[in-house]
Amino acid sequence: MAVQYLAANRFGLGRRYDDPAIGDAKAWLTRQLGDYDPAPAALTGLAGRAAIATAYVEYREDRQAMRREAAETPMSEAEQGMDPELRRLSRSAIRRHYVDATAARLAAAIATPTPFPERLVHFWANHFAVSADKQTVIGFVGNYENEAIRPHIMGKFADLLIAAVRHPAMLLYLDQAQSFGPDSAFATRVRNRGNRQAPGLNENLAREILELHTLGVRAGYTQADVTAFAKALTGLTVAGLGRGAGQRLMPADAEPGATVFIAPLHEPGAQTVLGRRYDAAGAGQAEAILRDLAVHPTTARHIATKLARHFTADDPPAALVDRLAADFLKSGGDLSLLYNALVASPEPWTTAPTLFKSPWDWTVSMLRALKIPALGERQNVAAMFTQLGQPIWRPGSPAGYDDKVATWAGSAGLMQRVELASRIAGRIGDRADARQLAPLVLADALTPATGQAIARADSPGQGIAMLFASPEFLRR
Amino acid sequence: MILSRRSIIRSGITVAAAGALPGFAYAAAATPKRLVFIIQRGAADGLATVAPTGDQAFAAARRTLADETAGGAKLDAMFTLHPALTTTAGLYAGSQAHFAHAVATAYRDRSHFDGQNMLEGGGSRPYGRADGWVGRLLTLLPAAERDALAIAPAVPLAMRGTVQVGTYAPSRLPQADGDLIARLSALYADDKLLHPLWDSAVKTQELASDIGGNNGRNGADLGKLAASLMLPADGARVMMVETGGWDTHSSQRGRLNAQLRGLDQLVGALQTGLGPAWNDTLVIVATEFGRTVEVNGTGGTDHGTASTAMLLGGRLAAGGRISADWPGLAVSARLDGRDLKPTRSLESVIAAAVAHHYALDPKRVMTTLYPDA
Repeated sequence: MAVQYLAANRFGLGRRYDDPAIGDAKAWLTRQLGDYDPAPAALTGLAGRAAIATAYVEYREDRQAMRREAAETPMSEAEQGMDPELRRLSRSAIRRHYVDATAARLAAAIATPTPFPERLVHFWANHFAVSADKQTVIGFVGNYENEAIRPHIMGKFADLLIAAVRHPAMLLYLDQAQSFGPDSAFATRVRNRGNRQAPGLNENLAREILELHTLGVRAGYTQADVTAFAKALTGLTVAGLGRGAGQRLMPADAEPGATVFIAPLHEPGAQTVLGRRYDAAGAGQAEAILRDLAVHPTTARHIATKLARHFTADDPPAALVDRLAADFLKSGGDLSLLYNALVASPEPWTTAPTLFKSPWDWTVSMLRALKIPALGERQNVAAMFTQLGQPIWRPGSPAGYDDKVATWAGSAGLMQRVELASRIAGRIGDRADARQLAPLVLADALTPATGQAIARADSPGQGIAMLFASPEFLRR
Repeated sequence: MILSRRSIIRSGITVAAAGALPGFAYAAAATPKRLVFIIQRGAADGLATVAPTGDQAFAAARRTLADETAGGAKLDAMFTLHPALTTTAGLYAGSQAHFAHAVATAYRDRSHFDGQNMLEGGGSRPYGRADGWVGRLLTLLPAAERDALAIAPAVPLAMRGTVQVGTYAPSRLPQADGDLIARLSALYADDKLLHPLWDSAVKTQELASDIGGNNGRNGADLGKLAASLMLPADGARVMMVETGGWDTHSSQRGRLNAQLRGLDQLVGALQTGLGPAWNDTLVIVATEFGRTVEVNGTGGTDHGTASTAMLLGGRLAAGGRISADWPGLAVSARLDGRDLKPTRSLESVIAAAVAHHYALDPKRVMTTLYPDA
């Protein structure tokens, strides 16, 4: 089997042009788990939560000011001329946080000396997916991956789950920031004032945690479990965005964009989820439920299946899933233990590279292979992946991108890859030699047919395009 | 003795001028005539383009799509024009549009590529000819009317022949390196996953530009481009414009609406762009075959047989009229119980329109354009 290629592509993100030889593939991978840096240099300089939240506040204030001004008496010509520009700048501040973060994500993936953990970051960000098609989320998605996912991928699943759930991107994406206990102090007060439209419960986050993040779809929980869990989650919201009925209850010292628990929004009383009673404990109530869900046998199986699928096949071998699920349960959801188990297992190594690279995987591995920067300085990374069919952090649903061969193996997508490879090859021209690059990049997966096709290319550029469009390179 | 092409044309004109074929005028070089062939690749649904709403079996067969043409122009007691075709409806009202219905080429199977090959080649079987009907028509035209251009990356079969034809592909249109594509086809040949994907990708690529996109503006842009290439004194006189995206197996209502709106804007931009020259222009719009009478399970229609062809222009023989030997839509009246039965050959419709437009002998045009018929 193509052990070198599988190590570099199934587990890693493709061989870098300057990578030393992999040697012992399993040792190469386990070493990376120890060397993992959760805050790589490529990500420094990105805006923090407070700056992102401020961009939203400014954007909204600016928009309101514009509406007011439009409604009032006509302004001077100079003032009129200033308005759209102001709005444009402020709108683009939110957008820029997204664009900057996508470029940094790609730079980190290309540069990383630990591509296996880097792949796991992408895997978990997709498992706990937020989607930038919701306006309030756009600015936060990069920060979410970098601050909620990256620091926790080597620890316990429970800590990763809690970090993901508590990040403003998730709270905003799944409407938790607008969910209030129906009998909370706040809702009761509103009702007593005779307002029939008292703020209420939003079950979105609770349902998706059960269905997508932990137990899995149709895993035996009931509507009562969802409702109880949603009630336990109330009180958890995001400070400083000036949205929602509870804003006046925000602690004065909370930084914009910070996750806060506001007791008057929390549903009082005990909640029962999956047959277990959780006494009233404020913020601790939801956390206790999350910790139990995180080590539930059904969760162990769900996570084991997804991890096994990512490293073997659409239908992962049952023996591998069983082993990973058992390891998960035994260790209380120790993730690095699972990664080590995957590397040590025979299953990921016994098949040919049959998994189909996602547009992200394929592009990253192509860019890692090239010494010469293949993209222009001003290349819009976000737009490029949208064109390739996998917009970054925008899967369109909390389920994330599906992780199967058929998800990415489409005819239009294939043509787009060939066109991009062709464009990049045109840019590189004869400054790289595909005949030398092929044995390095495709390693023990290189077939004679591809080797010949590259050697017979009518130009160096065409050879590069053939290498990246080769059946081997499209797979992992 | 080998005659040059020009002298062949001269001899043809001499025959006409000598009065052997009375009634056909000399094609005046002062106002050169123009011809545009718009091919609809993918089998456009003639039953939705020019809907036989007066046929008693129509509503039942078209079920969810029966009201697809609601709000469209009533052409006569039987037919309603699709509402997206507003410019075309105006042309029809001004006797500048003619629809030939229940027409088909000699092809009776249902493969796009074979069907398009027949429509363009004009042979009696798929891949029977290496040249096309437009290419052969060029040999009948005087030099001043023979400059031909296709808006395509390569000369389409319809325009191939002994007369040199130019191509023009704006950079906005997707242009793949044909050689790389061919090499990858070979490299993927034995790959069970990639081979069919690639095959379909390449075919889709070949199915030309997306006229329905951008709210019809892509069609308008294409029409404007075509007009700008035909208007100058030394511009093209015969033009072929490729349109794809007519294969509406699912969600036909929205997709066909977008397609027809794009086509309508293409025609409108062509008319506007050509100005007075429109009066000496003939536009032929045709597709390789039609679609099933019945709607399928996904709100679309499948490959059929007879469809509609459009003739547009300033001096049509029968503008403002529909020609159809209507077979009816009852199951027993259909071809194979499923398709609109062809009652007239598309080849004869094209040949007659071309002969009228250039004032050429219809028989001679027919035998030149369709020598195997």
